Amino acid sequence: MADELQGPMIRVVDLVTHYGERCILNHVSLDFPTGETMVILGASGTGKSTLLRHIMGLEFPTSGSIYIKGEDICKMSEDRFNQVRRKIGMLFQGAALFNSMTVEENVALPLRELTQLEESTIRIMTRIKLDLVGLSGFDNYMPSQLSGGMKKRAGLARALAMDPEILLFDEPSAGLDPITAAGIDALILKLKLAFKMTIVVVTHELASAFMIADRVTVMDHGEIIATGTPEEVRTNQHPRVLQFMNRIPDGEDMDAQAYLRTITQT
Amino acid sequence: MTGVLAFLGRNTLDFLRYCGGLYDVSKKAAYWTFVAPFKGQPIKWRTAIHQMVMAGVDSIPIVSLISLFIGIVLALQGAYQLQKFGASYFVTALVGVSVTRELGPLITAIIIAGRSGSAFAAELGTMKVSEEIDALEAMGLNSIRFLVVPKYLALLVMMPCLTLISDASGILGGGIFEMLQLGQTFKTFITATTDSLAMHDITTGLIKSIEFGLIIVGVGCYEGFAVKGGAEGVGKATTSSVVVSIFLIIVADVIFTAIFYYTG
Repeated sequence: MADELQGPMIRVVDLVTHYGERCILNHVSLDFPTGETMVILGASGTGKSTLLRHIMGLEFPTSGSIYIKGEDICKMSEDRFNQVRRKIGMLFQGAALFNSMTVEENVALPLRELTQLEESTIRIMTRIKLDLVGLSGFDNYMPSQLSGGMKKRAGLARALAMDPEILLFDEPSAGLDPITAAGIDALILKLKLAFKMTIVVVTHELASAFMIADRVTVMDHGEIIATGTPEEVRTNQHPRVLQFMNRIPDGEDMDAQAYLRTITQT
Repeated sequence: MTGVLAFLGRNTLDFLRYCGGLYDVSKKAAYWTFVAPFKGQPIKWRTAIHQMVMAGVDSIPIVSLISLFIGIVLALQGAYQLQKFGASYFVTALVGVSVTRELGPLITAIIIAGRSGSAFAAELGTMKVSEEIDALEAMGLNSIRFLVVPKYLALLVMMPCLTLISDASGILGGGIFEMLQLGQTFKTFITATTDSLAMHDITTGLIKSIEFGLIIVGVGCYEGFAVKGGAEGVGKATTSSVVVSIFLIIVADVIFTAIFYYTG
């Protein structure tokens, strides 16, 4: 037991996933140390969001295991897993606020449904979370009345509602202007310093990644090609890592024979 | 030849997969409606009542108007034939029996499939696309309990109610024609109706309507959950929820009518 407490918050072991025939994650193993911020970098379609969705239990792997605080979530009963999930907050790419509810109702939903707290306590807790993300006074707004950055903040307030130990971010800066994106980064840093949460951020924004990360992992074609401290990854000599860090596009050179084959293939 | 076999095989597989998915959604909805509330997972009554108003109460005008017209048309067509035999008195019986046993539940089901079934598919589909369903699951909240059960309950309660309204307006529509054209008095119309109708006629219609309601919820919600790929997917799901619901309603109608016919 003592070993489990010392061990990483999340441990992914030999995870393999397919969408139909296509292999999305190919034998991925990764440890997420307790209380640290892990940033997963990679081009689009390299399986980094899929990895996040597996940790959240929204998808199930072909094989492999995911341990959260030493317990394998792939082999858990649904009830037990829902208990574990309460300690995980997730900010979705599009914030995923419930459009039929106000901001306040969105943030209060997990508290109202999953706890026995008094309504007055729930109201105060909701206000605290909204204030934390800089949205006090927007309680009664509908999600459609908010800007992209404000929606993300509201989504974050909802993810924080249950005081999670693990916080997952799926592309927090996607679709935001640089100033707003920097605001979200600052918010992540603030949370990291204020609470001892284990944070996982999936992104392809290099600047933002190196600002918030304790550890960086680079993924390519469903595999992990580099992992370590920001400095280690920055100096990594793997050609794909270098290509990603230096923003070099994929080469367009293809030999004539191969080209002929691709266009004549039926 | 192999092409034909491959085509048949692929479509059979798709069909079986669809049936499996439909069965799965219906089974879970029934579990979360009838079993889970006794295990400390109460039903969301506020949303259920909201759904009842949207799917049920708001449909009353359109259901009664269409049923009224169907009643008139049925009486017209009946009179055209029966007058040849001088049996126009039986037009009332014809309208009463066919509306309560068949057309009341069927017309109601088709209207609700178009009005509410499509709305269910569009609502759940949009939530799926915007990751709202994922967000619900990520909180550890069951999406069937939150999103499907209120709709399931709403149609379970509202389909029989709407069918009764449809029955009444259909019979009234027939009555209007009989009184204006066939020279019946209001009194003879009422006597002819009550004489010709047995309780059995109305209850078989109501049993059918409950089954139709379950089909509409099942198909609408399954199509919504199965949405892939953005706004286009939502549109497709909405369309096919209506087409599939109406198809399955007719199939169920044949089966139930046959059962009621052979069991008396």
